[in-house]
Amino acid sequence: MIKESVDALNQPWPQPLQGFAVPYEVFTSKDIYKREQDAIFRGDTWNFVALEAEIPNSGDFKATFIGEAPVLVTRDPDGGINVMQNRCAHRGAMVCREPRGNAAHLECVYHQWAYDLKGKLLGVPFRRGIRGQGGMPDRFALEDHGLDLLRCETIAGLVFATFSRQVAALRDYLGSTVVQAIERIFNRQIEVLGDQRQFMHGNWKLYAENTRDPYHASLLHLFHNTFGLYRASQRGASVMDETGKHSLLYTIAGTTDEKVDKEIYKDSRSYDTAFRLQDPSLLFGRTEFEDGVTLVILSIFPNVIVQQIANTLAVRQIVTRGVDRLELVWTHFGYVDDDSEMREIRIKQANLIGPAGLISMEDGEAVEIVQKAVIGDNGQSSYIAMGGGHAEDANHLVTEGAIIGFWKHYQRQLGLTSRNVRN
Amino acid sequence: MSVSALDPMTLHYHVEQLLARYVHCIDGDELEQWPMLFTEKCLYRVIAKENADRNLPIAAMYCDSRAMLSDRVISLRHANIYEKHQYRHIVSSLRVEARADGTIDARSNYVVYRTRTSGATEVYNAGLYLDRILVQEDRWLFAEKQVIFDTNLIDALMVLPL
Repeated sequence: MIKESVDALNQPWPQPLQGFAVPYEVFTSKDIYKREQDAIFRGDTWNFVALEAEIPNSGDFKATFIGEAPVLVTRDPDGGINVMQNRCAHRGAMVCREPRGNAAHLECVYHQWAYDLKGKLLGVPFRRGIRGQGGMPDRFALEDHGLDLLRCETIAGLVFATFSRQVAALRDYLGSTVVQAIERIFNRQIEVLGDQRQFMHGNWKLYAENTRDPYHASLLHLFHNTFGLYRASQRGASVMDETGKHSLLYTIAGTTDEKVDKEIYKDSRSYDTAFRLQDPSLLFGRTEFEDGVTLVILSIFPNVIVQQIANTLAVRQIVTRGVDRLELVWTHFGYVDDDSEMREIRIKQANLIGPAGLISMEDGEAVEIVQKAVIGDNGQSSYIAMGGGHAEDANHLVTEGAIIGFWKHYQRQLGLTSRNVRN
Repeated sequence: MSVSALDPMTLHYHVEQLLARYVHCIDGDELEQWPMLFTEKCLYRVIAKENADRNLPIAAMYCDSRAMLSDRVISLRHANIYEKHQYRHIVSSLRVEARADGTIDARSNYVVYRTRTSGATEVYNAGLYLDRILVQEDRWLFAEKQVIFDTNLIDALMVLPL
């Protein structure tokens, strides 16, 4: 374990011989948070902003965030999708003040500057003055004052946007592993079933770690074990893209060996065979995918997770709200061709996920108990080594390799380095 | 007891008593009694107004049997991990309407204050109770309780029933 203290922004992070150490200051420093807003959220990254199914019709709009920047996603009359800063070109007012809706054009309430759904400025009241008085100066041209547009691309019905002019095309940014995992789930038309929102008192990277962590699942989420949805002895894998920034974690359901599981868990509190559901209809479902994979947590850097947990399908968008506050927006979906029984299955199984989720609720607790304890960090670091301590894929789930992949990429993105320390 | 024979004030009294039993049972940590305030086949749905207004079905909690309610209690007692906290429900502005089929519609506002182990109390969740109530063998029970919450930005997690 690393004992020496470090200034995480200005010094190389000390690393042990085996494993990886992250200075706790990354979760508490306002300077680092500010650097992330520039280097990550406004940097060379693609950020999830919407599902196409949320804005299916001309005039539909959704207001959301990239990092802390408010952005607007629209569907224009040509069927195209546009992403722009949600800020009037005049004096900076928020143009769209509702989370979603439909409008023929956008209008800022302050001075009624009107924009089309592609962000072009259409008109300015009193542009030519009234009765020869006032008006805009002679060089004023509408085309110079549109809403700031972001680059946007879609893949399989997910809309991503970036402030960067130079980041590679979305498919290249994601890489083939992630693209395949997305296309596997978004294989046909989806419909939105509802949203859930929660916030956690913790730094966004604690949630990024949590979703790249198959190690904790059977130890923190104790509901899993009785479901047979997830046990560490089940088959599964943790794989990353080439850069290590994205993570795909999946498990294959199958029969599990109760004797083997009991032996593995004998010293932990996790295995309670006495626990049985009085109404097992909660778990009724159907095999939807022929490959037998029943759980997918696909964590796409920096701001979205795509999940398949049994028959629950959702995206979880991370919204940063300060160094120690993150919001999660869950958008649940099904397929347009779901029959009514399938829809009911998804609604009932939704009890398992989300902020009240019988399986997922502990992630909020996990984030908060780390944030509470790393305050006053004295420059100390964590220790991440399960699975060997390298940023490498595993064909099992007893690993933290994808967490290390995340941190190594994070360092590169922020221009930070490590140095080895002899213990 | 025939509900339709009751005068409005008596009806209102009984529904208020049921709601009071309901909140004291949760706030007083007598959660094992909570499912017993519902009929065997029932509906308990805790859903954001944001979804309810758009007719979208995803709820934070969705139980359609007393047994599912018991399962939630067993889970929060034995499986789920969370910081212990104290709810305090305030319910008011109750309106009650007897229906021809002998059931009762009730609508009331609620606020839940939550106190964490730090000792700080905050407004955790506010919304509307839409209830369908009936009388079975002299016991007043919820056939349906829909909790339609305004506070769709949930603080950390939701484990105790609203």
